[in-house]
Amino acid sequence: MQLFRAHVLVCGGTGCVSSGSKKIQEAITDELVKQKLDKEVKVVETGCHGFCEMGPIVIVYPEGTFYCRVQVEDVSELVSEHLVKGRTVQRLLFKAPVTEEQVPSYRDIAFYAKQQRVALRNCGHIDPEHIQEYIARDGYEGLAKALTSMTPEQVVEEMKKSGLRGRGGGGFPTGLKWGFAAKSPGPKKYIICNADEGDPGAFMDRSVLEGDPHSVLEGMLIGAYAIGADEGYIYVRAEYPLAIKRLRVAIAQAEELGLLGDNIMGTGFSCRLNIKEGAGAFVCGEETALMASIEGSRGMPNPRPPFPAVKGLWAKPSNINNVETYANVPVIFLHGAEKFASVGTENSKGTKVFALTGKLRNTGLAEVPMGISLREIIFDIGGGIMDDKKFKAVQIGGPSGGCIPEQHLDTPVDYDSLIALGAMMGSGGLVVMDETSCMVDVARFFLNFTQKESCGKCTPCREGTKRMLEILQKICDGNGVPEDITTLERLGGVVKNTALCGLGQTAPNPILATLRYFRHEYEAHINDKKCPAGVCSALLEYKIVADNCKGCGACARVCPVGAITGEKKEPHEIDTSKCIKCGSCIEKCKFDAIVKG
Amino acid sequence: MIKSPEDLKRLREEAKSLTGIRAGQGVEIIVGMGTCGIAAGAREVMSAILEELSKREMADIRVTQTGCIGMCEKEVLVDIVRPGEKRITYGNVKPQDVSRIMTSHVINGQIVEDLVVAKLD
Repeated sequence: MQLFRAHVLVCGGTGCVSSGSKKIQEAITDELVKQKLDKEVKVVETGCHGFCEMGPIVIVYPEGTFYCRVQVEDVSELVSEHLVKGRTVQRLLFKAPVTEEQVPSYRDIAFYAKQQRVALRNCGHIDPEHIQEYIARDGYEGLAKALTSMTPEQVVEEMKKSGLRGRGGGGFPTGLKWGFAAKSPGPKKYIICNADEGDPGAFMDRSVLEGDPHSVLEGMLIGAYAIGADEGYIYVRAEYPLAIKRLRVAIAQAEELGLLGDNIMGTGFSCRLNIKEGAGAFVCGEETALMASIEGSRGMPNPRPPFPAVKGLWAKPSNINNVETYANVPVIFLHGAEKFASVGTENSKGTKVFALTGKLRNTGLAEVPMGISLREIIFDIGGGIMDDKKFKAVQIGGPSGGCIPEQHLDTPVDYDSLIALGAMMGSGGLVVMDETSCMVDVARFFLNFTQKESCGKCTPCREGTKRMLEILQKICDGNGVPEDITTLERLGGVVKNTALCGLGQTAPNPILATLRYFRHEYEAHINDKKCPAGVCSALLEYKIVADNCKGCGACARVCPVGAITGEKKEPHEIDTSKCIKCGSCIEKCKFDAIVKG
Repeated sequence: MIKSPEDLKRLREEAKSLTGIRAGQGVEIIVGMGTCGIAAGAREVMSAILEELSKREMADIRVTQTGCIGMCEKEVLVDIVRPGEKRITYGNVKPQDVSRIMTSHVINGQIVEDLVVAKLD
């Protein structure tokens, strides 16, 4: 056994890889050889730490020092200072956004301090391509416990007791789902993992697959044992090449060790897992469409019932859960359902991973206990709004969810409270918007997405999303009429109630939620022909405030259509009939003399 | 090949040594690695410590390094911090002293008095 006095963890998640972590890793390895430390210090490539904005991230143990935005030029200093002399390289530490204080330790950074990591427990701490590192952190122990000391019925009961609900969007109790599939007659059944993550901005499933693929395999195996399946599929989108690669490595290593395949751990239980690469259609995240796609058919949903638990993949009883759901399962069996259920609210147990994006100081992945308030997520973990702007709304649940305004930020977050507010948990995407976001434009953005992703099978979704998008476009262009609001509300209600699958049933949510909380913005667009946030260019006029204008001429020089004229050192003017509202003049003006509205 | 849950347990015990260092607990050994320390042979002492730990399969011990603390003539300085006990500084440590410090102090908690230069709270 070779012992290393220090471990240098270099993040190998997709976020950090794109900011150059591979080169950093090579540089560190080379530098260690050069300084003859390669026998004492080990370099480990890990999965995502969730703080992708700060990447490439390097953590040095045993101290747990957190270095961010490390560049190749920093490597030699990092090695000679930290690893030889034991001195922290101050300038590479994380700086707290408000206090500018340097925070050396991983655990003390506000972004991580409020988090409670269950699904992400190993992400960023282990090398995902070495099964031994997963096993060292009690990996496959939950499976061993389930296989040797519990009957499949007891496993289902334990799941019910844990209160775990589906993390992919719907929030259906996982134990109940397993119970249905377990009751269906065999012998052939399937266990399926939905890794067709498609919400704009959400990337927790990718991070789990990249950073801790074995936790998903273990969760699936426990599920397979519970329902009596001997084969499974992981449906993962082909745009996630790193996740697919690490899954393949994980499956091969688990098979080699006898943790996957025939007669697992000598218990007589057998199960094989396959990977199916999807082409990235959003609708394939819907379970019946996903199964159609695995079968080689066009990815379109089918009416339920029959539910997958009765007639699923290849008409056999199947159980389908999402990546994050499966990643929670081993913990339930390792520590017991009661321990798991001790976190969270009455009807939503455990933790949830949120992908924080938008106008926040700290963006990334955050796993928090259910019941935490949105305010804590946005202002404590997310560090508040960028550039000291004012918070306006947060879109939760991606294109299927809704927006939540300031007055509801203190609501405890769980499945039911979000639905009551007109949003939904969804996969956990959080897009934060500030005062410069136009809510009509936001609704149009999400509708544009769902309309493009609509598979076209059922009329309400195919036609409804198209018409709603047209109306929103009309309002943004300044051609809205007062009846448009009632039409949107009626259409939205019809699509919600009559569409075939979840995609259509939730597509109107962004419109209905913005109408609920920001109706005045719609009215301003329609009645006053104004966009209060200054986003919809058709409703804007650029003006020069004569008192502020020094007549420097910078705006006139940058204007691409020659719409600005004026004498030197005299206030300039904009010819609104020529102006194309490109915004170049505003960017150029040093005196805040140009306003839009 | 894992043929039983016991096999898994054995593999886990072996594997713990791979990641134990990241848990951040247990005894800490600090070696003075300033220019003075290195000149006095800190690298050799460090190698001896790591070798000794490997031999004894002691994966839960953290070995860190520090810069010059001003007592250059007493280098190589090695500090041992056992959780909840005083920080003991040994001076003029030679690679051949390492084994004694390990068995007596790190493992059994008996301070090697003849090498001690300071005791800090």
